[in-house]
Amino acid sequence: MNKKQSRLLQRTYLILIFCFMYLPIAVMILFSFNESKSRALWTGFTLGWYKSLFHNDMILSALALSLVLALVSSVIATVLGTLATIGINSMGRKTQLLINNISYVPVVNPEIITGVSLMLLFVMAQRFGVGGEGGVFGWPTLMIAHITFNVPYVIFNVGPKLRQLDPSIYNAALDLGCTPKQAFFKVIMPQLTPAILSAFLICLTYSIDDFMISYFNSGTMQTLPIAIYSMTRKKVSPEINALSAVMFIVILSIILISNHLDSIWQRKESSRHEKETVFPADRLGSDCFDGCCTGCAGLCG
Amino acid sequence: MLRSKTSRWAAAPYLVWMGVFIVVPLVIVIYYAMTNADGTFTLDNLAQIGRYSSVFARSLILAAEATVICLILAFPVGYTLSRLRANKQHIMLMLVMLPMWMNFLLRTYAWMTLLENNGLINRLFGLFGVGPFHMINTAGAVVLGMVYNYLPYMILPLYTAMTKIDDSIVEAAQDLGCNTGKILLRILIPLSGPGIATGITMVFVPSVSTFIISRMLGGGSNLLIGDLIELQFLGNSYNLNLGSAMSLVLMVIVLVLMSFTSSFDESEMEGVM
Repeated sequence: MNKKQSRLLQRTYLILIFCFMYLPIAVMILFSFNESKSRALWTGFTLGWYKSLFHNDMILSALALSLVLALVSSVIATVLGTLATIGINSMGRKTQLLINNISYVPVVNPEIITGVSLMLLFVMAQRFGVGGEGGVFGWPTLMIAHITFNVPYVIFNVGPKLRQLDPSIYNAALDLGCTPKQAFFKVIMPQLTPAILSAFLICLTYSIDDFMISYFNSGTMQTLPIAIYSMTRKKVSPEINALSAVMFIVILSIILISNHLDSIWQRKESSRHEKETVFPADRLGSDCFDGCCTGCAGLCG
Repeated sequence: MLRSKTSRWAAAPYLVWMGVFIVVPLVIVIYYAMTNADGTFTLDNLAQIGRYSSVFARSLILAAEATVICLILAFPVGYTLSRLRANKQHIMLMLVMLPMWMNFLLRTYAWMTLLENNGLINRLFGLFGVGPFHMINTAGAVVLGMVYNYLPYMILPLYTAMTKIDDSIVEAAQDLGCNTGKILLRILIPLSGPGIATGITMVFVPSVSTFIISRMLGGGSNLLIGDLIELQFLGNSYNLNLGSAMSLVLMVIVLVLMSFTSSFDESEMEGVM
């Protein structure tokens, strides 16, 4: 096999895999414009499903809940996590290792285990009378669950950056007359900001996307993924197709915009970054890259 | 402040949080698994799991099948991507990651409609005069759902590992007379060992613990561990103690697997050094 042939083979294979990954989504988007409820027969073009989607109170309130939940839990997780990294950084090696290992638990554990273990905690708390007659499940449990699975990602994002910092810059700031507080906020914080921001975005995406852990801790509340789940339990609901299309477009535009911003940012910073390759999605907080990195780090100890 | 004693206090809120919401819940899982509804010590829950051994076996087998298929499908993708020019790599990586950003319930739902008895795929078959095939609510559909949902988790670590393989090593092997099969076995697979190990865990763990994919694509007949656990906690057979025992077993399975892949990972790393 010569080089040209093998190249052709590689191309074809790549195209086939991308077809496998994208065709189901494409079909869904296509059928979101289908007039009848059928998911296999094309009967005519309509925007009706989009209209009914945007008038669907269940979906809209679930979306609002998901957004508020994601925003608040991510802010709290980011603050909690950033403070934690600063504290952990000044501890002994053994303590650091212990804390990091425990923090890995929600990352590597199957999501269902994290979900049910928190649920058991809340059930136990209810037995001791916490939450009164209405019980604890609802806003507080959802919030706690989301913060809990988000904080480790902040720690594993900001921690490495903090360790990379040159301590002599901080000392120089002190020598030049900064108080420790000033030195921290004027010298350390600006250098950590990109990592903190990316951690925040990772939290946001995880929080909006999470189904498994919310499912066990939501009580009667419906986040967007839970609402989607209840829609898929019904036999035919073409609004899901419309929702998929909307989400796909939103995600696509976020990625394209971030990619664009990133290339601008990279051009500015390119002199400062030596060999380090920066993946745009990495900063935006994609599931996988972060997952890979933390996964790799976890496996390598 | 950076390394002073006072800055340690910054971690205090998180340490409390970690204790209450990570450590204590796991302890409670163990406590529930080892007690009955009255709170007295018993091993009945763990013993009862024997009755569900077929479900556990099915979960492990289906997850293993999905992992192997993912590995086989993803290996060439990872390699091809790692050999592309840098700017092309970025676009391709985006394309790999984009579907992952869609909620996995929606992705699974897409397959649900495709695989139906009168779904699009069967209609296409019908045009050629074959079928209809019964595809939804089978074990095969569940494996397909796992492969579809978790394929990117295999591609990305493989790609990352393979970008570190120098082209000249492959070329040297070719010059010294290796054929494609030998290059694959002696060079590419060993050198991407860490990526393979990470990919296996990242596909196997969510596959073995899912209950959505089995419920949406497997119908009622392909229960997995995740379904069992969900039934004990939120479903009809409400039994927190039994559910905890099942969760405990699932955790042990995952831990055993992870220690296996991570040891493989380390030995491979040493081999590379």
